[in-house]
Amino acid sequence: MTQPLPPLATPLPAPAGPPLDPWAPTPYRVVRVRRDTADTFTLWLRPQAGGPAMAFAPGQFNMLYAFGVGESAISISGDAQRRDVLQHTIRDVGSVTGQLGRLRRGDPLLVRGPFGRPWPLAELAGRDVIVVAGGIGLAPLRPVLLHLMHHRRQYGRVGVVYGARTPADLLFIADLKRLAQRFATQVEVTVDHAGDDWSGDVGLVTALLGRLAVAPERTAALVCGPEIMMHYVRLELGKRGIADSQIYLTMERSMKCAFGHCGHCQLGPKFVCKDGPVFTFAELGGLFGRKEL
Amino acid sequence: MNPAPPDDRAEVRAALAHHPFFAELSPDEREQLAGCAVRREFPAGHRLTKEGEPAHCFYALLRGKVAIQLAVPVRGQVTLQTLADGEVLGWSWLAPPAQWTFDARTLQPTVALEFDGPAVLKLCEAEPRLGYRLMVRLVRVMTQRLHATRVQLLDIYGAPRA
Repeated sequence: MTQPLPPLATPLPAPAGPPLDPWAPTPYRVVRVRRDTADTFTLWLRPQAGGPAMAFAPGQFNMLYAFGVGESAISISGDAQRRDVLQHTIRDVGSVTGQLGRLRRGDPLLVRGPFGRPWPLAELAGRDVIVVAGGIGLAPLRPVLLHLMHHRRQYGRVGVVYGARTPADLLFIADLKRLAQRFATQVEVTVDHAGDDWSGDVGLVTALLGRLAVAPERTAALVCGPEIMMHYVRLELGKRGIADSQIYLTMERSMKCAFGHCGHCQLGPKFVCKDGPVFTFAELGGLFGRKEL
Repeated sequence: MNPAPPDDRAEVRAALAHHPFFAELSPDEREQLAGCAVRREFPAGHRLTKEGEPAHCFYALLRGKVAIQLAVPVRGQVTLQTLADGEVLGWSWLAPPAQWTFDARTLQPTVALEFDGPAVLKLCEAEPRLGYRLMVRLVRVMTQRLHATRVQLLDIYGAPRA
């Protein structure tokens, strides 16, 4: 964290509001496809009718509809300051995401959104920020990384800790390198397993948190990954004095309608799609980690 | 292991005082342990331990990075974990058959305190209080490594299972 800070950027953008009609999808078309890893890909989308793509805030998600198969909630992984294109990074884990993975340039799909409560980036201005991601969990945090690049001077110390299964499963490596080299950010990357050709870290993300200098009274953490990882990250951050009210996580649970009508994503008194997907651990209390609610 | 020359002893003492593994030991206890250690520097790619070979020492890492590896048929060397400054490498010297159960290779130029295992065991037998406090710290390290291994076994980043 010794690199000089980039010049002051434009003011923080206001979060995007909900769509006027949450049921009404907008036709989009795939303009680019990139295979990121063996099971993960990124789609770039533009409205079929032309004009700008939807406005969104980092942490929000869309419902992507693959014709003939169905709809799935997918976090937006692109730059919230770009309106020319919408970007989604998707892991192929089911029928809808599998079909989305078969889309090619020019193919149509439907998009509803953006939905959900975003990361509280405006509230965190002036504070130190720790970003912790695991696996595909970096996708909903990538808009945060891009936001930090645009507005780096508005934050204090920034640290990013990212874990994945193997070196071949790491996402957005170019962004992480840019952050470390040009945006005064301490970036720590680890994997669970590696061969002899990997000279980086191997082990849990929690082991790397100890490398970050933390002033707990001025630090907030943004976390996304498997729930078991988030559980251990919370414990580790707690040991370092960061309160549950300052640890934000994004939940990814069975979102169907995306605006709190169907109840599929209900978590006790909360709807993940409407009240979240971003929560603090303090807000979730004992609800975090419960299998069925 | 020959006793360290006087200048090296001063470096060893200073390093012990700042290494987290020894932080809760008293200055007297650290002084006793300093007599069992030498400061070593290793280039990147250096093989610190080899599976099956006698284990007569352990390392307190001061700077650099070390990969804990196993040779897996067909796959070659697989890195199970990396250790960095502030961590401790090796407990195979503690109990029979005192053989390394993994390979350890430096990934970066690495500086470490190398402890003479038999000398530390002798010291622990002569000074049971120090021995107990040292064993508690080693058990803490083992517990953390076991926990990390268990979580890695969960393959948490793998495809979700029904």
